[in-house]
Amino acid sequence: MSAELEELYQSIILDHNRRPQNFRVMEDASGHADGLNPLCGDQVTVWIKLDGDRVADVSFQGQGCAISKASASLMTQAVKGKTLAETQAIFDRFHAMVTGQGAEGITGGMKALSGVSKFPLRVKCASLGWHAMKAALDNAAP
Amino acid sequence: MNPLAILRKDCERPIVNIDDFSLLDERDHLHYLDSAATTQKPRAVLQAMQSYYEQHNANPHRGAYELSAQSTEAYERSRKRIARFLGVADVDTLIFTRGTTESLNVLATAWGRANVKAGDRIVVTRMEHHANFVPWQQLALAVGAEFVIAELAPGGVLDLDHLAQCCTPNTKVVAFGQVSNALGTINPVSEIVRIARTTGALVVCDGAQGVPHFDAAVDALGVDAYVFSGHKMLGPMGIGGLVVRREILEAMPPYQFGGDMIALVGDERSTWNVLPHKFEAGTPNVAGAVGLAAAAQYLDGIGMSRVRAHEAALLAYTTARLTEVPGVTVLGPPPERRSGVVSFVLDEVHPHDIAQVLDSAGVCVRSGHHCAQPLMRALKVSATTRASFYVYNDADDVDALIVALLTTRDRMGLA
Repeated sequence: MSAELEELYQSIILDHNRRPQNFRVMEDASGHADGLNPLCGDQVTVWIKLDGDRVADVSFQGQGCAISKASASLMTQAVKGKTLAETQAIFDRFHAMVTGQGAEGITGGMKALSGVSKFPLRVKCASLGWHAMKAALDNAAP
Repeated sequence: MNPLAILRKDCERPIVNIDDFSLLDERDHLHYLDSAATTQKPRAVLQAMQSYYEQHNANPHRGAYELSAQSTEAYERSRKRIARFLGVADVDTLIFTRGTTESLNVLATAWGRANVKAGDRIVVTRMEHHANFVPWQQLALAVGAEFVIAELAPGGVLDLDHLAQCCTPNTKVVAFGQVSNALGTINPVSEIVRIARTTGALVVCDGAQGVPHFDAAVDALGVDAYVFSGHKMLGPMGIGGLVVRREILEAMPPYQFGGDMIALVGDERSTWNVLPHKFEAGTPNVAGAVGLAAAAQYLDGIGMSRVRAHEAALLAYTTARLTEVPGVTVLGPPPERRSGVVSFVLDEVHPHDIAQVLDSAGVCVRSGHHCAQPLMRALKVSATTRASFYVYNDADDVDALIVALLTTRDRMGLA
């Protein structure tokens, strides 16, 4: 098996795929949005609760490959408790990393997603939950 | 010899010379198991197209000069050759299109808009490819007709009793696939036709996954319309066809308007050319037709009964070996009721991840909904992994698939 593949399916990814964090419906969300990849049928819904300028809570549900599920799970961990400006910065760093523009400023479990950049076809999988999170923020009524 | 060794021996070698397929010949470690999506092309097809462009290229049906006549001759000779391969006697009822999708859109649009009215009924099946589903669904929505889906019986086969219930007297279209692209299920065409004929419906058979794999014998099917794609039968992309009974084609309004399809163009009205030209507006894909005729020639050289037997042997060997991979569930009917397709799920591993790990072992399979979302819903899966076989595959490809699936289990952390 190639080293690239080892890097793609790191144990952190497999753990988050098997036991995704914040994998639940949120009843009292400020906003939510769906993400859909018509190519492979992957589908995700992200809920967000705002407390002023801060992401008080974030959750997701859906079905998808290990990369999309783990990435959405890591996303919820990365942005929970962050301000809107911090969330945007994290999103930008994530996007730069998976599109191969470097992993500068990436911390924690999100580092495990760096392997995606070697597989351009999987960037869409990894981004699905992140784009839904952004859309949920746009929809959110404070 | 043990039973597995016997099964392996039956598909030990491809039934073509691999040298004929440059792409496969030059990639020793590639295991191409996605022929249901598109097939690789033999050199004979590519050379026929190249020599058409190098020696006979001109716009057909137009020029008064010799070269244009040669181009016309190449185009119409190809039509005859392909009609012969298909088992179609009335050559002018074979209309060239870009492929199955366009053929079905021609029918749903040109025939459908002229013949289907509010209160009429359109019947399709649960296992249709989107190309034989959405055009009819949209036609029904546009004219206010009823869109009805004949459901599956257990085991991934069509429920013929339910189909019979669906076929009420007001049914104007019955559209079904000869072979399911997602599962490989071979449908009982004569039974379906018998049921559909209890109505006055246009009976449409999607042969995209049929023509490549066994003798299509289109005239003998007894359907009104038959559609197919060239690229799934060793031909080039961008050419395929639509075969429709002559009296239906003659009554049917044109699909597109333009050059070649007209007889007389007046300031206020126009009249249409004879078949097949009435349905082939614009400069045709002559090289595509020439390439497809070469593909038909190549397949006839092998013999379609050998193609079918080779796929059945590959399927039997794959089915036996898949039992070595824990957690695999094959969808659809037993192998003897399928063409060379194995559609499966593997425990909790998403098909996209399976295909990724398989790719790193050079095994090309399709993962996803196979353009059959209504079927995926009924099977209660979001996606499957599909391996599909053709003339150039052999037991080595199956062995590579099995090893790669075991690697997948390992890589994805399954015990």
